[in-house]
Amino acid sequence: MIKVEHLSKHFGKVKAVDDISFEVKEHENLILLGTSGCGKTTTLKMINRLIEPSRGEIFIDGKNIFEQSPEILRRGIGYVLQNNGLFPHYTVAENIAIVPQLLQWDKKRTEKRVAELLEKLHLTTDYLTAYPNELSGGQQQRVGLARALVADPSVLLMDEPFGALDNVTRSKIHQEFKALDELKRKTIIMVTHDVQEAFELGDHICLMDKGKIVQDDTPAGLLFKPKNDFVRGFLQEQRLQLEFKTVKLFDVWGWLAPRPPKGGVVKGKSPISSDTDLWTGLEQFKFDASESINIKSDDEDDVRSASFEELMSAFYQYKKQQAHE
Amino acid sequence: MNEQQQTLWGFMRQQSDKLLEQTIQHIGLTFISLFIAVLVGLPLGIFITRRKQFSGAILGIAGVLQTIPSIALLGFMIPVLGIGPKPAIAALLLYALLPIIRNTFTGIEGVDPAVKEAAMAMGMSKWQVLFKVELPLAMPVIFAGIRTATVITVGVATLASYIAAGGLGEFIFGGISLNNTNMILAGAIPAALLAVLFDFLLSRLQKLNLKKLKTATKILPLLLILLSSFYFIPSAYGSKLRAGFTPEFMGRQDGNLGLQQKYGLKIRTLVINDAVMYKAAYEKQLDVISGYSTDGRLKAYDLVVLDDDKKIFPPYYAAPIIRENSLKKFAGLENILNLLAGKINDSIMTALNYRTDYLHQSPERVAKDFLVSNNLWKPARNGNAGIVRIGSKIFGEQYILANMYSMLIKGNSNYDVATKTGLGGTKICFDALTNDAIDFYPEYTGTGLLAILQPSPKTIDSLTGNKDATYNYVQEGFEKKYNIKWLKPIGFNNAYALMMREKQAKKLKIKTISDLKRYLESK
Repeated sequence: MIKVEHLSKHFGKVKAVDDISFEVKEHENLILLGTSGCGKTTTLKMINRLIEPSRGEIFIDGKNIFEQSPEILRRGIGYVLQNNGLFPHYTVAENIAIVPQLLQWDKKRTEKRVAELLEKLHLTTDYLTAYPNELSGGQQQRVGLARALVADPSVLLMDEPFGALDNVTRSKIHQEFKALDELKRKTIIMVTHDVQEAFELGDHICLMDKGKIVQDDTPAGLLFKPKNDFVRGFLQEQRLQLEFKTVKLFDVWGWLAPRPPKGGVVKGKSPISSDTDLWTGLEQFKFDASESINIKSDDEDDVRSASFEELMSAFYQYKKQQAHE
Repeated sequence: MNEQQQTLWGFMRQQSDKLLEQTIQHIGLTFISLFIAVLVGLPLGIFITRRKQFSGAILGIAGVLQTIPSIALLGFMIPVLGIGPKPAIAALLLYALLPIIRNTFTGIEGVDPAVKEAAMAMGMSKWQVLFKVELPLAMPVIFAGIRTATVITVGVATLASYIAAGGLGEFIFGGISLNNTNMILAGAIPAALLAVLFDFLLSRLQKLNLKKLKTATKILPLLLILLSSFYFIPSAYGSKLRAGFTPEFMGRQDGNLGLQQKYGLKIRTLVINDAVMYKAAYEKQLDVISGYSTDGRLKAYDLVVLDDDKKIFPPYYAAPIIRENSLKKFAGLENILNLLAGKINDSIMTALNYRTDYLHQSPERVAKDFLVSNNLWKPARNGNAGIVRIGSKIFGEQYILANMYSMLIKGNSNYDVATKTGLGGTKICFDALTNDAIDFYPEYTGTGLLAILQPSPKTIDSLTGNKDATYNYVQEGFEKKYNIKWLKPIGFNNAYALMMREKQAKKLKIKTISDLKRYLESK
């Protein structure tokens, strides 16, 4: 758990970060979102003391981070940079083993852990003796992630980790990122300016502007209950896509017909989980005339089916209700 | 050409002992200086990456040091560090500093900030970041700086011979003074080869270890220490007195060679530039020096000339030597130049030299005062009938003479004058004359005989000690060989001489060179 209280950083007269407070629960994924210059990276770097704050307190798992030496603190926090920051004069194996070396692990333990991570990140052991400049951008970023994860820190800080990658590589890494079991046990703070990425990966999003947090909320909260025009404007361009990706099928469950419509459950199609987002649900349709998909509830043993029109109608009902709440 | 090469090879073979010793001294000097420069420059370079407010000042100072002429820098060192290796190493090290400091600074500054940030974020301490990340990544740039410094140092180390620190400069400057091309090449070629060789070896070392930089950082200091120790291999041989001779004196028959052959003089000898030699004698760094009998510093530093009782130093009467063509071109010039003939004897010349060398009066003033008091001075006519080019070697007496001639020409003719003073040693001056770069310069009969005409030892023996015979011989020889005419002698004899501090000479009862020899051989 990370707790930030009244944190400020002033560079001369410029208030880069201006009295912000937030909390990240254990195993939660918090996104600091905003345009460049909003103070999100400064905030992130204060958490591992790469930047010392002008004012404020930070607690990790209840411990005040300013009461320990920065080196010891940092060895317990994973850190991933946008341009990966791999050491060009170290091999992949040496790069990943930096923190274990600082922590003076024995050789066997380090080797075992490095091999384990490589496998999880879909890199073969051939890469162990390669140098970073021999890898592709995506591979470098994976090695950067492995380096941050190697000592199994409870907290992971990520500064625009996928910012330098092309779109195809990025969405592939997003999938891997979400699937990686190691990350599910971490408390993560990630900085990004990419709204899509924030909504896809974040449990919580702090939208920042001019050193302040404008709204600290869930993705759905930002979309359907924006605090002010700034939030609304920030999301405006990609609103529909974001909504489809944010709303889960169980959110609209109530507006779907309670029983399979006439003709029963559509045959030949296995039902999809209600935990799926609407975007993925809609992608199932092949746009035949009277096509339906089957949706299976997770908690109740219940299957409902819906046509494209029915699903869209349920979505609008849900949206209307959100707006009135 | 073939003959030339063979004689160079012959010279190098004949002098192989000396060549080896000088080369080893040269390598030693270079690497001691380089080693200290790395020890000082690397931390300084690192320091200014941490405290940027000092970077301007430190790089500025190192830059200014680089621009001080090497001879001047060596001169500054003598009052503080004396003569010999200490001031030479100090000066060389100052020259090597700039490239090392600057490249360390640039190299570390050039390390990708993302990599540094990652290193810190992994939990490395400042020192770990420095040694594991910044230095290894900056190493190619730092290496390049060390390579530059090495080449500079090999070059500048040739000047170490000016202040008795040895090295290949002994041959180079001796050769220039003696008009001996083989001797110059015997020093210059190995020096150039050393520079190329070290640069190549360092580049190999750098490439070899591009990835395995850790080993490189260990090898380099060891290598530097090893090469530095070379300097101490030639062991110093002891003797009661210490002599300092100019490179020119070292190689001349009427110099050290004659002293050894005719007197059998054995004395611990250092090679030193004559600009600092007198002062070194005065400051008791040296006991016996090879000087010129009319040098003003003789008077300034209380030195006495030892009597040349076996007459090995031939007469050095000064007279202008002039191209025959120039005599034809400038009518009446000969008579004007002969106005000075017989006017200046040894003691007058010493007094004049004293005023420039020690009282630091300008040669113009000294020249004018002399001409005025001898009723020879006339105001300049500012004529434009042609320009007479006067040359001079690079010491005070020649400057004074050049100024006198300049004033005489301007006052007694319609010619204008261009002075090309400071033309180094005999070789440079004489080459300028034969190549029609100057019209005349003051030369000495002994120099003309031994350095330029270089007759057989038998001829020299027959002339030694006889002033007129020497003058006649060089006059004929120059006329025949070079179409150059010796005008009438000015009067003084600026011969080579051995000198000592007056007090010490009195105390040890040394009056002649034979006395000196007896003293050295007594126990």
